[in-house]
Amino acid sequence: MSETATKKLMLFFPRWKSEKPIIYHLVKDHNLVVNVFRARVTPEEEGYLVLDVTGTEDDIQRGVDFVKTFDVTVNDTDKGVTRDADRCTHCGHCVVHCPTDALVIGDAAKRDVAYDPECCIECLACIRVCPYGACASAF
Amino acid sequence: MKTYEQINDRISSGKAVVLTAEEIIDYVDEKGLEAVAEEVDVVTTATFGPMCSSGCFLSFGHTKPKIRMSEAWIEDVLAYTGVAAVDVYLGATQTRHGDPANMYYPGEFRYGGGHVIEDLVAGKTLQLFALSYGTDCYPLREIRTYFTINDLNQAIMVNPRNCYQNYNVAINDSDKTIYTYMGCLEPNRKNVNYCSAGQLSPLLNDPFYDTIGVGTKVWLAGARGHVYAEGTQHAGGGARTPEGIPKSGAGTLALTADMKQMKPEFVRGASLRGYGISVGLGVGIPIPILNADVLKRTCIRDRDILAPVVDYSNDYPQNTGNVIGHVSYEQLRTGEIEVEGKKVAVGSLSSYHKALEIANLLADEVRRGDFLLNAPFASLPKDTVMKPLAAREKP
Repeated sequence: MSETATKKLMLFFPRWKSEKPIIYHLVKDHNLVVNVFRARVTPEEEGYLVLDVTGTEDDIQRGVDFVKTFDVTVNDTDKGVTRDADRCTHCGHCVVHCPTDALVIGDAAKRDVAYDPECCIECLACIRVCPYGACASAF
Repeated sequence: MKTYEQINDRISSGKAVVLTAEEIIDYVDEKGLEAVAEEVDVVTTATFGPMCSSGCFLSFGHTKPKIRMSEAWIEDVLAYTGVAAVDVYLGATQTRHGDPANMYYPGEFRYGGGHVIEDLVAGKTLQLFALSYGTDCYPLREIRTYFTINDLNQAIMVNPRNCYQNYNVAINDSDKTIYTYMGCLEPNRKNVNYCSAGQLSPLLNDPFYDTIGVGTKVWLAGARGHVYAEGTQHAGGGARTPEGIPKSGAGTLALTADMKQMKPEFVRGASLRGYGISVGLGVGIPIPILNADVLKRTCIRDRDILAPVVDYSNDYPQNTGNVIGHVSYEQLRTGEIEVEGKKVAVGSLSSYHKALEIANLLADEVRRGDFLLNAPFASLPKDTVMKPLAAREKP
């Protein structure tokens, strides 16, 4: 049995019309463990879904191909939450509000704020508390 | 012993020895106070954080025909026009016209005075809308136009209160989240926020105001500026540690500088959720090492500086004066402090990272011979305390 991997995906639904239960098919037909972080999928409107999928590389690839048959854009590089390093003043107000340590004090001497998008669960706490608007959401 | 003239001669000839207030600590430990007092000419201090009592005078040119602006908005942010014809004062905390403020609590305060100041420094094109009642000498009654900082005759930052010597550590004793100028505070003492550069902060490196006074040259957001007065709410007379370090806000500085010389990365509009608008500002102040006493005070360490922990759910707003306890900046920088036996996570509104960057930039300017020092022409008071405002009946 091949090794399992976890991949974070952001799906963009252009004016979503299908009523297919996509998540159900990812689990049932492609053996993927799905962890939805954030979703806004409304009929007749553009929609976004940010999720982790865990499974074999093959299953993940088949799952992604399946999703693409619905004219959905699958983005595995950009995330729903982004942080503009130039806007960040490294004050450190965000770090205590970040539940998963995606935002932490990096170098102890330089006291810069480091961001690891892989740890981000898109709770949006940073967007609420950053005084300088360094963090933003795609939706 | 060195004089300002001797130090400036060394700076001018490119031979000045300059260290930051962080570097000087280990250097003195290694080489000894007396030897370093002879060798080092200047120690640079710095801070970066929201400084609400900031703003700027802008002087627009005259229109044809002329207008005496009696009301003015820049990007829909109200500017004060109770001065001469085309001069206005724009304050950092001014909200934008139509901002719902805290009507939908906690308000977002996305754009206001601090953001206008940042956009001006960044060279962006901004909208001016001004009205007038019209006079014989200034007949025009309305103007809407677009401008950048380069179109202005003057853009002078005039900040009544910057660079607090020390500051509160804010905590929330209540059972609901509160939104303050010290940031977002979770209920039941879940987190604290502090706001000081600690061992790098200007007035903590000169606790008795020996070298920083009225007239002292400063680095304000990249521009050459100076201290024009004691800052508002300056209270040098409060409680101090046995070494003389204030245990509360204490001293403040009123600063001014030409905005046309500023760098946008050190002027940042700030939106404090549920509270309002502010501006994040960077300040650097060089301290001349006149003698071993001055040098010794620049060797202050985070562990020697105590900040008061204050409850912002009741004690601060009700002005009770209660202090829960004191913690050092060394403890704060570990990311966790203990308050009455409970571990509490620590956040900050002051950027030590940017303060360090400023202290190094200023040190480079002094080393290059670009930044000369001067003696203050008036001292900041050491004995004043904060007066309250009494709500009195008409006498």
